[in-house]
Amino acid sequence: MDPEVLNYISVIFSGLINTIILTFVGIAIGTALGAVLAFMEVMGPPSLSRVIGWVTRIIRGIPLLVILFLIFYGFPRLGIPLPPLPSAMLGIGIRSGVYQSQLFRGSMEAVGRGQLEAAFSLGLSKWGAFKHVILPQAVRLMIPGWVNEFTIVLKDTSIAYAIGVTEIFTEAVHVAQVVLDYLPPLLIVAAMYFTICYSVSHISDRLYRKFMIPGLGGSIEQGAENV
Amino acid sequence: MFEGFASLLSTYGPLLAEAVVMTLTVTAGAYTLGFLIGVPLAIVRTYGRKSLRSAAAAYIEVIRGTPMVVQLFILYYAAPAAGLTLPPTIAAILALGLNSAAYQAEYFRASFLAVAKTQWEAALSLGFTEKQTIKTIILPQSIRVAIPALTNELVYMLKYSSIAYFITVPELVYTGKFIGSRTFMYTEIYAIIAVIYVTFSLIFTEGMKTVEKKASAPGILLHERI
Repeated sequence: MDPEVLNYISVIFSGLINTIILTFVGIAIGTALGAVLAFMEVMGPPSLSRVIGWVTRIIRGIPLLVILFLIFYGFPRLGIPLPPLPSAMLGIGIRSGVYQSQLFRGSMEAVGRGQLEAAFSLGLSKWGAFKHVILPQAVRLMIPGWVNEFTIVLKDTSIAYAIGVTEIFTEAVHVAQVVLDYLPPLLIVAAMYFTICYSVSHISDRLYRKFMIPGLGGSIEQGAENV
Repeated sequence: MFEGFASLLSTYGPLLAEAVVMTLTVTAGAYTLGFLIGVPLAIVRTYGRKSLRSAAAAYIEVIRGTPMVVQLFILYYAAPAAGLTLPPTIAAILALGLNSAAYQAEYFRASFLAVAKTQWEAALSLGFTEKQTIKTIILPQSIRVAIPALTNELVYMLKYSSIAYFITVPELVYTGKFIGSRTFMYTEIYAIIAVIYVTFSLIFTEGMKTVEKKASAPGILLHERI
């Protein structure tokens, strides 16, 4: 193989750690935020539920690129300077959070009202019913959607290029600008994303079956990637 | 703070209006292209011969497995070396459209499969050919089933049209950056732009709901909605 290509690869791989950090932190923030939002939307009083519904709808209407710029330029104005990497984590996390709240909500609703009523009639509190009855079932139903969200977040980390985070896409573009040849570095970085996405989405089915409890009801609407 | 918004809007209002038109052009162009390629792609992917089916599946997997920004950069920055030089706006519409085609094809495929199998059997027993069945029986029903997913895709295209900023298409984000660099009011201008995006995504969602209602055909029994 051309030694130059090997050089490309090592430079691009140096961005992999940031891509992975961004993906996992983004997903983690998103899961925490999504669970809280969904809990408030489903279990909260109608007025709170409506407010949450509107807030998530509004945030879902803003492109990630604009969210990143708002955080990157907005936080310093509030007196909190935020470097590119944390800005990107926060932006990706918030975006993922409002999507994951939809996922949580969909799977919670799929578990069914009857289970909730049964839990209340057994004397569980709202939080207790959520924690012990709804969540363990809902999380299982969520797996395919959640794995899908993982690949979306992974791909979206490339947009952090806009605020100068040195993840794999940024590194690939830098290489391209130095060697004045865009195709090889772009193909390499595309192959890296593809490898991760492809393998992750193909373990989804296995995970789903592994954690499935036989005989447990409930089904979640599938098919639409962009919930 | 509020004076900032007012002065930005009064000074740069016309420029922002042009940017809105550009954002909507890219969105509409990409979405239409995605639809025109997505429908035949879904038909081939679902009902085609085995070799064609695998080719369609490979295209869809590759597009869905790589970020849109990478696809856009390949089309705009790498294609000229192969003799294909595109103006930024065309490159953006093409990249987003080719990407959307893969997603739309998956929605259509799911909606094809949602039409009950008995419909196929009924059509074939009435002497319809496969082609006729797809065209006159399956497509009219499944397009209706796909509308909610297609709505999401439209809003996605609206939002992802923002990455055209990277290749200097003068759409909203690019114009925002320009205004920000002149006024140093980055936060204000991006807040305004966020409001514009949210407004249009709400308009699109409501508009598609009307389409869904208008297009709904009473009495059609569907297995499931996707």
